[in-house]
Amino acid sequence: MILTKEQQAILNGEKGETLAKVMKTLVMYGDAFEAEKLVPITSKYNHLVTSFGLKVMLPVYDLMQKILDAGVASGQKFSVDPRPLDKNVPANFLQNLVFNKFMYTKQDFYEDQLEKLGLMDKNAFSCTCYMDEVGNKPQKGDVLSWAESSAVVYANSVLGARCNRNSGIIDIMGSIVGFVPYFGLLTDEGRKATWVIKVNTKTKPEAQLLGSAIGMKVMEDVPYVLGLDKWIGNELNDSACAYLKDFGAATASNGAVGLYHIDGLTPEAAELGEALIAEGAKEYIIDDAELERVKNNYPVVWKNPDASPKLCFVGCPHLSLEQLKNWTVNIETELKANGNKKVTIPTVFTAAPGVLEAFGKTEYAERLKNTGVITSYICPLMYMNNPLCKKMPVITSSNKLRTYTSARYYTDAEILHTITGGNK
Amino acid sequence: MKQFKGRVITPGEVTADAVVTTEGFNTLASLQMALQFGDKEVKCGDQNNKELHGKSLLGKALCLPQTIGSTTGGLVLYCACAMEKNPACMLFANHIDSLAAAGAVLADVWVDGVSMPVVDSLGDEFLNYVKDGMKVTVKANGIVEVE
Repeated sequence: MILTKEQQAILNGEKGETLAKVMKTLVMYGDAFEAEKLVPITSKYNHLVTSFGLKVMLPVYDLMQKILDAGVASGQKFSVDPRPLDKNVPANFLQNLVFNKFMYTKQDFYEDQLEKLGLMDKNAFSCTCYMDEVGNKPQKGDVLSWAESSAVVYANSVLGARCNRNSGIIDIMGSIVGFVPYFGLLTDEGRKATWVIKVNTKTKPEAQLLGSAIGMKVMEDVPYVLGLDKWIGNELNDSACAYLKDFGAATASNGAVGLYHIDGLTPEAAELGEALIAEGAKEYIIDDAELERVKNNYPVVWKNPDASPKLCFVGCPHLSLEQLKNWTVNIETELKANGNKKVTIPTVFTAAPGVLEAFGKTEYAERLKNTGVITSYICPLMYMNNPLCKKMPVITSSNKLRTYTSARYYTDAEILHTITGGNK
Repeated sequence: MKQFKGRVITPGEVTADAVVTTEGFNTLASLQMALQFGDKEVKCGDQNNKELHGKSLLGKALCLPQTIGSTTGGLVLYCACAMEKNPACMLFANHIDSLAAAGAVLADVWVDGVSMPVVDSLGDEFLNYVKDGMKVTVKANGIVEVE
């Protein structure tokens, strides 16, 4: 890697040992990908994936403290993934004991570190940092040092920004030195598709199911998707963006996708079309039968596969304002059809604090509350990390949550049917 | 005994028993529970990986195509090394992915006294040949011997 004089001076220790180690980390990271140089970060804000004060992550907080003690935290502010805890989310005495006394014991300490490191806002805790209500929305072409797989894939694909699938800690290190290694998804060549996906379904494919199928097939490659604009349109409106948010999260968690192109829709595909497809690209055809096969092959890890669900999570990644409104209307309609006034399973919808605040100002908030649905800002994954929660039969419409936890995946329609008492 | 030549990502030499997956290794799903709740054997917790689920990863030569999943993967790997609950080495058939690279580099730069050699680009033949329990030796120059 060729470094500038300034970068070399940092690496040589002229600005202190801690900064030298930060630079060494980024250079070694870049070397693994034959990066020839470091390029400046251009986004206004960063986004960090580590939002939880988990007792087991002490090495991370020790490292953050070294950075703070050395006085090398950067001036670039950041948003961060969701908080792990909210007293409004149902949990029994023992579950809460584990949350508060054994798991997230460093939460306050770590949030204090985050504020000192440059948290942009005390409520900037969401995986959907790019929502207008959160305010961390990079421009097309911006170079980022983000982590959080669902945010990175959204920023690259829907916003046309440029970011590699950075890990936690690397995210803030790029910000500290102001540069990231130039490789992979930062390069034009790295953004070319090596897979062509043909969507041949007869109905609109479920976002997280389609994303799961594609993610598992292409792993970390870049897919170019044909036939999806037929179902979600050629305009990046709220509805399409919400679909792609969920789709992308599934590709990134079920596989390792950092960028996808949707023909006729996402910015680079709209601009360059099939010129984005690399020579020799492989093909994957997805029809309804294939989606059914993928769904039927998910492992069921409940001890009793026939157990009645005890909890439902919707919103991984966090829901948009439009999604909250749509779910409200749908739940009301289904409850009425099933002769019920409230959801029959404790149900939690998660969204960014800013989105929940905006939702709270609409008429829908009271209506959703009346259905018995609980809204929260947490990360459902962090809730499910509690071994006492892991043992519970939990259902979700998130394929990302399914991947990492014991939660069982169902489509939005199936979840709606179940929580409104349609199974009786 | 068969030799394979790869590219050194983080240096070191070690001999360990192999544990093998031909699927993407989901670092967060595999390690989070074991690290969080003090599993002494560091058993793989990823229920989607039938080859590894329930097997001990501690001190083993983890042989894999690449890692997948959450971008916390790198810091999870870093924490595993800092807690000395890491595999003895990680041996990638493919080019290393960004999350595993981050974790390996973070451990190499920031964790004193713990070495986890990482070698990539060993090829599909490596992953097809090596089986659970085989003795694997990693040399400093990226040569991996499998017995």
